[in-house]
Amino acid sequence: MPNYFPPNSNSFVTWLAWGGGIFALLLIVGLPFYARMNNNRVGVPVEQPVDFQHNLHVTQVGLDCRYCHTTVETSNTASVPPTETCMTCHSQLRVDTPQLQAVVASWESGAPIAWNRVHDMPDYVFFNHSAHVNNGVGCSSCHGRVDQMAGMWKNEPMTMGWCLECHRAPEKFLRPASEVFNMAYSPLADPIAQETLGATLVEAYHIDTDKLIQCSTCHR
Amino acid sequence: MKRTRRSLRLVLAALLGVLLLTACGRNMFDQPRVDAFDASPFFADGSGMRPIPEGTVSRERGALEPAYLTGMGPQGFLTELPIDLDVDVLLRGKERYDIYCAPCHNYNGDGRGMVVQRGFPQPVSFVDTQRLLDAPVGYYYNAITNGFGRMFSYASRVRPEDRWAISAYVKALQLSQNASVSDVPADVLSQLTQTEAAR
Repeated sequence: MPNYFPPNSNSFVTWLAWGGGIFALLLIVGLPFYARMNNNRVGVPVEQPVDFQHNLHVTQVGLDCRYCHTTVETSNTASVPPTETCMTCHSQLRVDTPQLQAVVASWESGAPIAWNRVHDMPDYVFFNHSAHVNNGVGCSSCHGRVDQMAGMWKNEPMTMGWCLECHRAPEKFLRPASEVFNMAYSPLADPIAQETLGATLVEAYHIDTDKLIQCSTCHR
Repeated sequence: MKRTRRSLRLVLAALLGVLLLTACGRNMFDQPRVDAFDASPFFADGSGMRPIPEGTVSRERGALEPAYLTGMGPQGFLTELPIDLDVDVLLRGKERYDIYCAPCHNYNGDGRGMVVQRGFPQPVSFVDTQRLLDAPVGYYYNAITNGFGRMFSYASRVRPEDRWAISAYVKALQLSQNASVSDVPADVLSQLTQTEAAR
């Protein structure tokens, strides 16, 4: 039988094993790091064409989230309000201030304001706002204390692992329906009370905990 | 001969290595489709979402009476609520009123909401103006739907059934804001005095 492989092919296998090991290690360490570096700009304010301040509108004026985000209870998206919503008050208030120039210009021309997206879900993820707010997931659980933010940034990494923290244990994060839009409420504030409350809420909202962790719940 | 073999092996290893990179790319993350609120160069205004053509009737919601949608019948504003009134309707009306109306009209309807305190022209109080106390429920539905004076239309923000619930709540607010202690039923009154005493 002739030698198909030269004698030094044995070392090739060793090199391949070493190289493969190092490459795999680099992938394991580097990929999550790379992914977080690029997609999860948690806490980094996103620049916007209008210097809109959530804290002023929510805390000082007292607007409910739903005054502007009108479809959050009925639709996939919470809705970025049209210029018309801004102009409901600002047709009269602070019309000539430099902060409102872009809003007034949009109102006059009819061209929408090009807001920059803060939360960009991957296209292979199905997400529905109404399914969450109608089943006891509060705004601030994912978006943080928007009522205290001047700019707007992502408050949570929005990675699959982060989603699963709640999908695997919804009882830790659910709130009564009356507290969903209460920015100051936190299910994490009293973990012992939440333990009993959470379990009753899972029942009350008819949440199928098996279904929550199935792939096709989010990837359809 | 030996040299060729070695370079062949190197090329083969490199080719295999390239296979590992095939999953790297964002074309699944950003698929060629327009998401809600995405920009799109396809349309002249640069927006991917299209405005609803005028006169569009929602098939999902079924055919609704013009009176239900406008608050006006052949004899003018509807004086009767076109939906069944119960406490849930009023509670829904209160919730929606507090979200969409209270910023200007205030939680008690006197027209001194926070937006007004910050300089918006004050609307007339509908809890102590006789003309508005006498106005039928359809008048309020119509004002929410079409706007009134400086108030914009809320038709795009509040659904018809919620507009009726708000209108019903406004009528209830007019009653409650002009009620006296003697109007309170005896059993509720004892609760009220207890709460008052507890303070």
